[in-house]
Amino acid sequence: MSSPKAQLEKLPRSMQVILLLGAIALAAFPLMPLTGVDFYLQMLSQMMILAIFAMSLDLLQGVTGLVSLGHAAYFGLAGYALAFLTPADTPISLWWALPVSALGAGLAALIIGFFVVRTHGIYFIMVTMAFAQMVFFLFFDNKALGGSDGLYVNFRPDASLFGWTGIDLDNKTTFYYFTLLLLVLVYAFLRRLLFSPFGRVLAGIRVNEHRMRAVGYGTFGYKLAAFTLAGALAGVAGFLWAAQTGYVNPELMGFHMSAHAIMMVILGGMGNFAGAIVGAFAFEYVMHFFKDLTKHWQLLMGSFIVLIVVFAPRGLLGLVAQFSRKRGAP
Amino acid sequence: MSELLLSAKSLTKRFGGLAAVNDVSVDLHRDRIHAVIGPNGAGKSTLTNLLSGDLPPTSGRITLNGTETAGKNPERISRLGLGRSYQKTNIFLPFTVWDNVRLAAQSRERHGPWNPLRWLSAASAMTEVNRRCERAIELAGLTARVGTIAGTTSHGEQRQLEIAMTLATEPTVLLLDEPLAGMGHAEAERMVELLLKIKKDHAMMLVEHDMDAVFTLADRLTVMVNGQVIASGTPAEVRADAGVQAAYLGEEHE
Repeated sequence: MSSPKAQLEKLPRSMQVILLLGAIALAAFPLMPLTGVDFYLQMLSQMMILAIFAMSLDLLQGVTGLVSLGHAAYFGLAGYALAFLTPADTPISLWWALPVSALGAGLAALIIGFFVVRTHGIYFIMVTMAFAQMVFFLFFDNKALGGSDGLYVNFRPDASLFGWTGIDLDNKTTFYYFTLLLLVLVYAFLRRLLFSPFGRVLAGIRVNEHRMRAVGYGTFGYKLAAFTLAGALAGVAGFLWAAQTGYVNPELMGFHMSAHAIMMVILGGMGNFAGAIVGAFAFEYVMHFFKDLTKHWQLLMGSFIVLIVVFAPRGLLGLVAQFSRKRGAP
Repeated sequence: MSELLLSAKSLTKRFGGLAAVNDVSVDLHRDRIHAVIGPNGAGKSTLTNLLSGDLPPTSGRITLNGTETAGKNPERISRLGLGRSYQKTNIFLPFTVWDNVRLAAQSRERHGPWNPLRWLSAASAMTEVNRRCERAIELAGLTARVGTIAGTTSHGEQRQLEIAMTLATEPTVLLLDEPLAGMGHAEAERMVELLLKIKKDHAMMLVEHDMDAVFTLADRLTVMVNGQVIASGTPAEVRADAGVQAAYLGEEHE
C-alpha cells in the first residue's frame, strides 16, 4: 500500500471562484467577435471533451487509488461505437447513440474490470495496460474494424427530438455549447458522487482497503462499479470526440492517450474532479504552445510535467490552495 | 453459562513447515472476556487473523453466531457480527475521527455499490449511520476529537479510534489485538474502563501483554506458546499452573 495522502476534496472558496470564472469565460467565448473563431471553438470543444475524459479517470486514479494505464480503451470504444452505429446515408439519433455508446464502453469496462480489479498496485497498472493494448491491436489489425486507418463517422448525430430541431450538432457553436453542458453535468454528477455513500467507500478504499474489508465492505464490488462507471464516462467523452472530429482511429485507444489522461489528472490535482478539468486545459494549452515552438515539443512537455510533479505534487489546484491558505493566514 | 457466540475447534495454520497456530480451540461467550496471552511469536495474532478471516486456516472449524466461517473472507465474517481491532493501528489516517467511524458505521447499510441512489445521496445525511457513529465515538470517549484528522491524534486516541470503528459496526463478537499496546498508564486505565463498559453486550477475545489489565478483565485465560495452548482456564487456575509459570508468567512478573 502506498502512503495514504489526504486528497483535496472540499474546494476552497478561491478555487470555486476560479471554476465559476472559467465556466463563464467558456460560456461567453463564442460571443466574442474574433476572427477564425471556428478554429478556437473546435480547439476548446476538444479540451472540454478531454476534461470529461480526465475526470472519468480521476474517479479511479484520484478517488479510488486505482491508476489505470489503459483508460483510453473505453474512450476509443465509444467513438468506434458511434462510427459503427452511424449508417452510410443518414445520421443517427443522438438520443440513443450516446447512451448506447457510453453503455457499451461501460460494459467493456465491466468485463475487463472483472479481471483487473482483483489486482493491486503495479499489477493493476500492468494489467489495465495489457487489456487496453489488446483492444488497440484488435482494431489495429482488423480490416473489418477499420484497421490502422480507422473509420469515418459519416454524419454527426442528429439531435432532433420529437420533431424539435433546436440543437444542430453540425453547427460548431451548438456543438461547443452541447459539450460544455455535458462537461458541467458530468462534473456536477461526480462532485455529488464524491460525497455520496458510494464515493466515501471509494475514498476509504484508496486510503486503506484492508481496513475497509475488515469493517465489512466487499471492496471488489465497489472497485468494479467504479471501474465500470469510469469506463462509461470515458465513453461519453470518446463519443463526443468521434462526433466532433468525424473519424476514429486506433490511436484514440492507444497508450499515449491513456498516459496523457494520467498526466492531465496529475497536472491539475487528483481526487476532486476540478483538478482534472484544469489539468486537461493546461495540458492541452501547454502542449499546443510547445508544439508551435519546436518540433521537439515532447522534450519540453516532459520537463514541464517533471517540474510540476516536483514543485507542485498536488497539482495546479494544490498550488492555488496553498497560495490562498498562506494569504488567508494571519 | 451465557450464550456461546464464537466457537473455534482445532484451528491450525501452517506456513510451510511452521505451525504458527497448532490445534487451538477457543469459545467466546457473551458478557465474558477471554484473554489470550503468551510470549512474542506464540501465534496470538495469527489466531486473531484466522478468526477474522484475514488468514484462512489450514484446518479446523469456526462457528460464528451459528454460521460456519472458516475460510470465508473478512468482509463476510465482519457482516456476520465479528469486529476486530489491530495490534498495529489500522485506521484512515488522512480522514477525521468522525469520518473514520462514520465509514465503519456505513458498512452496515444494505445497499451495495450498484445502487445508483447511493451515488447521488449525501453520505453525511444518513441519520441511522450518524446515530451509530455518534454512539460509538461517545462510548470510546472521543467526542471531543470528532473533527480532528486521525493521523494527528495521539497514539492512545488512535487506539481508542480503533475500538470506536469496531464498535460502529455493532458486532456481537469482538477481537481486540493488544488494545493497550504503547499506551501510557492513564490511557490504559481509560481503555480498561471502556472494555468493562462494553463487555455486557459482547463476546470478547483480548490479546494483551499488560498482565495487570489481563487479570483485571479476563474471565478466562488461554496461554499460548509456539502456536500451542499450554493452559486454559480461569485466571486463578492459570496463575497456579506450574507449566505456565515456567514458560511465561514467571519471567514477566519477576
